[in-house]
Amino acid sequence: MNLSKDLIAASSTPLVLGIIAEGETYGYEIVKRVEELSGGVMNWTDGMLYPLLHRLEQQGLLVSRWGAAKDTGRKRKYYSVTQLGQQTLSEQRQQWQVINAALNRIWHDMAQGANDDYLPA
Amino acid sequence: MTTYQPNAFNVEQALADWRAHLTRHAALTAADIDELESHLLDQMDALRAQGLRADEAFLIASRRVGNLNEVTREYAEVYSGRLWRQFNLAEQDTHWLGRQMVTAFVLAICAALAIKLPSWLGMSFDAVNADWFYATHLSLFCLPFLACYFIWQRQLGAKGLFLVAGVSGALLLWLQGVVLNASDASKQLVIIHLPLVLWFLVGLTYTGDWWRSFAKRMDFIRYSGEYFIYFVLIALGGGVLSALTLGLFYFIGVEIETIVQQWVIPCGAMGAVVIAGWLVEAKQAAVENMAPVLARIFTPLLALMLTLLVVTMIVTGQGFAIERDVLIALDLLLVIVLALVMYSVSARDSSKAVSLMDYLTLYLIAVALIVDMLALSAISMRIGDLGFTANRTAALGENLVLLVSLAGYAWHYFKFVRARSGFHAVEQWQTRYIPIYVLWAVVVVIAFPLAW
Repeated sequence: MNLSKDLIAASSTPLVLGIIAEGETYGYEIVKRVEELSGGVMNWTDGMLYPLLHRLEQQGLLVSRWGAAKDTGRKRKYYSVTQLGQQTLSEQRQQWQVINAALNRIWHDMAQGANDDYLPA
Repeated sequence: MTTYQPNAFNVEQALADWRAHLTRHAALTAADIDELESHLLDQMDALRAQGLRADEAFLIASRRVGNLNEVTREYAEVYSGRLWRQFNLAEQDTHWLGRQMVTAFVLAICAALAIKLPSWLGMSFDAVNADWFYATHLSLFCLPFLACYFIWQRQLGAKGLFLVAGVSGALLLWLQGVVLNASDASKQLVIIHLPLVLWFLVGLTYTGDWWRSFAKRMDFIRYSGEYFIYFVLIALGGGVLSALTLGLFYFIGVEIETIVQQWVIPCGAMGAVVIAGWLVEAKQAAVENMAPVLARIFTPLLALMLTLLVVTMIVTGQGFAIERDVLIALDLLLVIVLALVMYSVSARDSSKAVSLMDYLTLYLIAVALIVDMLALSAISMRIGDLGFTANRTAALGENLVLLVSLAGYAWHYFKFVRARSGFHAVEQWQTRYIPIYVLWAVVVVIAFPLAW
């Protein structure tokens, strides 16, 4: 399944914010987590995650720090969510829930309608 | 085993090439590349753990990071300031510098000839009314040519030429037909505000996309700051050179003062406007470090001075009975504060955390707001007592425009230092408000000469 570009663009901010809100993390982990959450359907171009992270940081939603990886000792940039980021996340969450509910209803009604047509005469 | 290597693949070399490709783009700092590389290495580790060879792992991992040009373009969108550096560096690599120089010089000569044109048509420098004529028209002789430079450089084509020629022509007719017959006060106000209108015209062409993108607007603010420094430096150099030349010829006993006054100074000044514009565009990397340093020095100094001023005004009770000349000086000071704030905002790396400098800037804005309100109360009282005149109305409008602008800066800066929003909000406010200044300048240039 190929997700449309617009859909990915719209959902990437709440998704990334949500993942980082689970606990301080770094880019590679975020990409893995997105894959896991979507059952492997959402395949981002990995490089595109970083400009997004930096933009969210500019908007004051994230803060970052450099640290060393425990396993390899390599330099790594860790991100965590600010208070403003938490606020934004909960706002976005409400908005998406509204959309989600509306879509669920229409899927449900459509399925009902389809069932009605097939009722035996 | 050591002699036979099916893959003479050098991971180190491949990584170095990969890094080098990213380094060429100034939109990424070394830290950004480190971060991407760390991702690439993590990905490669994971792939190798699944049994892939080093070269295969590199190939797949780098493929997953994506097309580097697309990734760097995204970075450039996020960091407009870095793009501005990259943009000019990229151009210096090519042969365009030579053609840019020729174009700039041709346009500079056009500007130099433009200021001599009226004297060939009967309005010489020492004719009656020449003072008002040249003072009001001055920016019209040079800035349209700078705009033409950007029309050529950004390839804006006929649309750009029509715009610049149309606006300049209309303004010329307006100056001739209305402004020169208006009151002296109106003429003075036009002299101050017309350059602002024309500078915005330069901005429209400078952005290359008719003021549409946020990043380009921020670039233009940076450009304006650098331009100011360059122009002052060139003017100082030109002044010293002229004085030396005059002195030398005086000692030799040859009289060249008229030539210098009639030709060298006016033509040189007009040409310098265009040349400075081209220099900043082509070579600004050299000055880039200077303007932010100047901003850092003068922000605390201005804040201190304004504080002393406000305290003195309040303690002595002079705050509400400001004289006319003091009011003019105050407005000038506020404009300087605004210019400094604008430049500091555009020079600031928006991803940096809140620093002492931000608190200082916020403080400066707050004190400027108080001064602005004192000035507004004084000007309202004068209008109440003595009625509306061109100068008082202009001062009232200007102070109101400044009040809203400074209040917006203060609000967004406050939210930023309290971590309630990112620095982006301050930048947005800054670029969105610029048309308001221009609009006010247009009102002064168009409506005031009609009313007074």
